[in-house]
Amino acid sequence: MTRGFPTLLRKEVMRFWKVSFQTVAAPVLSALLYLVIFSHALSARVEAYPGVRYTEFLVPGLAMMSMLQNAFANTSSSLIQSKITGNIVFILLSPLTPGDLFAAYLLAAVARAVVVGAGVFLAVAWLVPLPVPNPLWLFAFAFTGAGILGALGIIAGIWADKFDQLAAFQNFLVMPLTFLAGVFYSVDSLPPFWQAASHLNPFFYAVDGFRYAFLGKSDVSPWASLAIASAAFCALSWLTLHLLRSGYKLRN
Amino acid sequence: MATAAVEVRDVSKRFGALRALDGVSLTVEEGEFFALLGPNGAGKTTLISALGGLVRPDSGRLRVLGRDVATEFGEARRLLGIVPQEIVFDPFFSVRETLELQSGYFGLRDNGKWIDELLERLALGVKADANMRSLSGGMKRRVMVAQALVHRPPVIVLDEPTAGVDVELRQTLWQFVRELNAAGHTIVLTTHYLEEAQNLCSRIAMMKAGRIVALDSTERLLAAFSERVLRVKLAGCELPASLAAGATVDATGWHRIPVENAAQVESALARLRESGARVSHLEVTEPELEEVFVKIMARGYAPDREAA
Repeated sequence: MTRGFPTLLRKEVMRFWKVSFQTVAAPVLSALLYLVIFSHALSARVEAYPGVRYTEFLVPGLAMMSMLQNAFANTSSSLIQSKITGNIVFILLSPLTPGDLFAAYLLAAVARAVVVGAGVFLAVAWLVPLPVPNPLWLFAFAFTGAGILGALGIIAGIWADKFDQLAAFQNFLVMPLTFLAGVFYSVDSLPPFWQAASHLNPFFYAVDGFRYAFLGKSDVSPWASLAIASAAFCALSWLTLHLLRSGYKLRN
Repeated sequence: MATAAVEVRDVSKRFGALRALDGVSLTVEEGEFFALLGPNGAGKTTLISALGGLVRPDSGRLRVLGRDVATEFGEARRLLGIVPQEIVFDPFFSVRETLELQSGYFGLRDNGKWIDELLERLALGVKADANMRSLSGGMKRRVMVAQALVHRPPVIVLDEPTAGVDVELRQTLWQFVRELNAAGHTIVLTTHYLEEAQNLCSRIAMMKAGRIVALDSTERLLAAFSERVLRVKLAGCELPASLAAGATVDATGWHRIPVENAAQVESALARLRESGARVSHLEVTEPELEEVFVKIMARGYAPDREAA
């Protein structure tokens, strides 16, 4: 890590913070709308876990879904904008190492995820009283979940040459996987095939484990979820670092 | 032997079928004001990009003050400031924020004094807190110059820094760059304004199709490929025979008589007087880099070796 790393991190945080209406307030509003609509439509019919109200079940998942999507949006949009406008050249001409780039982009994505997640909880606090979460599980899943998507966003941002390629990545991979991660239902309630399919989705473990931090209940043991989410995070981090070191699409 | 500011050894780079760089070697000594010239697509920008680590060559090595740009990239990049050719900016930040961030990437805190000086010298002071988006093209280019200089690099590379910049700002920029050169910074410049290169640079490399086709001091290139010429237009008479040898005439009636010095100009004029020729127009043109450039580009590639 060079001495330039804190500056790149600060720049990446400033970048989303300067347009926080769009990068924080908008996703919080979306989450709020999901909550209002789904809780109204489903709360009478669905009981995910015995003794747990549907809204209690829904809110941690919604928060995590927003966190995952915004972590991805942060790294991917920053990189593709820098690439398309060309200003990434001044980062590439500096002594910043691939490790600096990885850590700064990733941590900024985690920071945006945390701000968005906190925003969701604050916004719904007056609608849905939630139990006090276990801080260690909360932190562990917030970090690994946002980390997975932050790394994926770096990969997508490096790979995509145009905004529509990035949009395809977002619409055909990130959105389906986050929506099908058991945010709105317990995967235990699904038919066996879809249950098995859900277990192949790494985002599911982030959602399930994050919910455990609040409810103390989950579809899968939180330890197993943490192990799987961490493994996915490590694999994607390795791939991201490898791409950054190789100069793929950044240094011809 | 002193370490060269820039050392390029047998660098080749292909983009698909295109040989962007084809075995390029050149050395720029410390403190030089060096021009890299050539038509569009000759490989100048690719060579500069390779120096900055933006392009990875297929073969060969590049060093900045002895530091290999691939294996010692951190050190090499600290010693090098590149002003890219394309105008680029980050629309999220103001001019001052842009320069503070760029300083930070180099690990420099409290660089405010130098940033203030750069803003002043590049006439950006009034726009320091303006968003980059609101700046004119010429101003954005000057911010890029400031960005390349925030870490006070001893070697400065300017890739067509005056394209689209108005005359006054061009003067301001060259004044500043001249001072940096006088203070010991090595300057490498590419430009399509050959007059600029002729006035500023002591040594010149010309590139064509990925190769160096000429590399020498500005003086020697001018002497070898261009000449001082006496041009005269006569009113209804012929050029005297004593001058006709070696002279040429163009379609508009201008006679072109090569001369080496002022004495030869005088003697040519004396002969014109003696012959009774009536001169309607007269001018003396100095050797021009443009002529050198056109001749070297026209003769095709001759595998010159780098001047020892």
